[in-house]
Amino acid sequence: MSKNICTLRFAIAGVLASLLMAPAVHADTTLLNASYDPTREFYKDFNAAFAKHYKAQAGETVTIQQSHGGSGKQARSVIDGLEADVVTLALESDIDAIVQNGGKIKPDWRARLGNNSSPYTSTIVFLVRKGNPKGIKNWGDLVKGDVKIVTPNPKTSGGARWNYLAAWAWANEEFKGDQAKIKAYIADLYKRAPVLDSGARGSTVTFAQREIGDVLLAWENEAFLAGEEFGKDAFEIVVPPISILAEPPVAVVDANVDAKGTRKVAEAYLNYLYSDEGQNLAAKHFYRPANRAVVKPELLKALPDIKLVTIDDPQFGGWKKTQPEHFGDGGIFDQIYKPAR
Amino acid sequence: MSAVASHKKPPRVGDGPVFRRLLIGIVLSLGALLILAPLLVIGHEAFKQGVKVYTSTLNHPDTRHAIMMTVITALIAVPVNTAFGVAAAWAITKFDFRGKRLLLVVIEIPFSVSPIVAGVAYLFVYGLQGLFGPWLDAHDIKILFALPGIVLASMFVTAPFVARELIPLMQAQGRDLEEAATSLGASGWRTFFSVTLPNVKWALLYGVVLCNARVMGEFGAVSIVSGNIRGQTNTLPLHIELLYHDYQAAGAFASASILALLAVFTIIAKVALERRGAGRRKAQATDAVSTGH
Repeated sequence: MSKNICTLRFAIAGVLASLLMAPAVHADTTLLNASYDPTREFYKDFNAAFAKHYKAQAGETVTIQQSHGGSGKQARSVIDGLEADVVTLALESDIDAIVQNGGKIKPDWRARLGNNSSPYTSTIVFLVRKGNPKGIKNWGDLVKGDVKIVTPNPKTSGGARWNYLAAWAWANEEFKGDQAKIKAYIADLYKRAPVLDSGARGSTVTFAQREIGDVLLAWENEAFLAGEEFGKDAFEIVVPPISILAEPPVAVVDANVDAKGTRKVAEAYLNYLYSDEGQNLAAKHFYRPANRAVVKPELLKALPDIKLVTIDDPQFGGWKKTQPEHFGDGGIFDQIYKPAR
Repeated sequence: MSAVASHKKPPRVGDGPVFRRLLIGIVLSLGALLILAPLLVIGHEAFKQGVKVYTSTLNHPDTRHAIMMTVITALIAVPVNTAFGVAAAWAITKFDFRGKRLLLVVIEIPFSVSPIVAGVAYLFVYGLQGLFGPWLDAHDIKILFALPGIVLASMFVTAPFVARELIPLMQAQGRDLEEAATSLGASGWRTFFSVTLPNVKWALLYGVVLCNARVMGEFGAVSIVSGNIRGQTNTLPLHIELLYHDYQAAGAFASASILALLAVFTIIAKVALERRGAGRRKAQATDAVSTGH
């Protein structure tokens, strides 16, 4: 019996040793990109493309590490010391939070890159079950009959705020700016959400895998991705005639790149998002490229032109006004949303 | 035994055959639903897309790194917490001092605090905006979003495990043997290693096993302080969530099966330890006395 224990010990020691000696990745430069949830697949492709490009152009090997999470959580981590070289988040206000808390990013970040530092944009569309059994075509259809919606929590999720604002933009047009009617519509909408996940990806899984709800309010790219992952015959994408223009911004984390000496490669990384290859990759992953002219037409076919309201539209007045007014403590969302008991 | 006991006494709850069967039935079906079914699902989902997907997931560098992170964390956290638990239990049960009750309460805190609270608290202590953050940053010491933070968070959550196993046993054993050893001229260390430690050997091992299982499975606290960098700061539980959200359900369940396997090993170790412990406790007691002089 003691012999058995001995062999067991050797086996365990062997396993441990082999794990410890797992090949470490060696590279000249390492970048850490702190991103939000639905960009996982896009950045996987883009990182490979950039590494190849940089090797050819500058002769340096660069390895890009990825960290994904809710946009707000990622911003918080960078504020608390996560050594990200670049942030590619869902909301301008999340990058502003880094500017305001500790100042790791300089306040002029938005003007440094083209298109307000948003190399790609997106919008909110509907993902419905095959055949669209509830006949959902537009935002008004979401509050008809017994329709149940799936959306993440706007308090924690960047994507969820865009969902909310897209619905608001439709209601604003529909009710000609009547605040009481808009709020009643939004309240009715959130009454139909059986769960509010904390992030966009969680909601997609809730809708697609756990089969809860009739319609998922989702990022356009997330909706397409879910279609691909779970089979095209399971879902349909409905693009409403009006939605919101989401501009997920990117920025170099000044304090971190200066401390690590990675500013040059970090800036090259973000600039490459605007290159022809970066823009085509964005479109391939169903983001709306900032520069449509350089993108292959067949990739653009999936992203039809619709009326897109921006956050700077007078009804919202930019993130700095919208964030506290709608999503702050005691804001409009807190007033209209009462969790089901 | 119940035949003798129930002979004279009035019937108690559960004495009737129908009621007894009902109770046993409820317990068994609850056990099956709450514990067995999820475990079976893990196994089923892990292998649903074939053995190839299963092994390729486990061979993926990120998965291997996550396993390594988990193992390293356990290799640091468990010995530290074992030393802490033994010291705390020894102090509390064998000595009288002021603040003893306070120490007991402090040891219990991690049990009653949600792990996520522990994680956030660490952020406020070691984070860049926190108490020691700026100093640590100025001296280029990385705690959060790296291995030290993960180990610290895991240690906080599992601090009470060893002490909690030892204290009741050591209290029941009393101080007679130690006093005898000391009166026969044994030094404090000698008393501890020759008398106290052998007496609690099995309980200690049991505590270590539980502590280890919890360290390896900890999610909440670690999730806050890890930074979720793929292939860098993901432990196995974080890696499972990551795979699941990557739409790689099979991979997530394959990784989960590793943790589940660990749980099964824990149970086997626990049962084995309990058997040996019960059988030997008597022998050890006499043993300990004889080695005392």
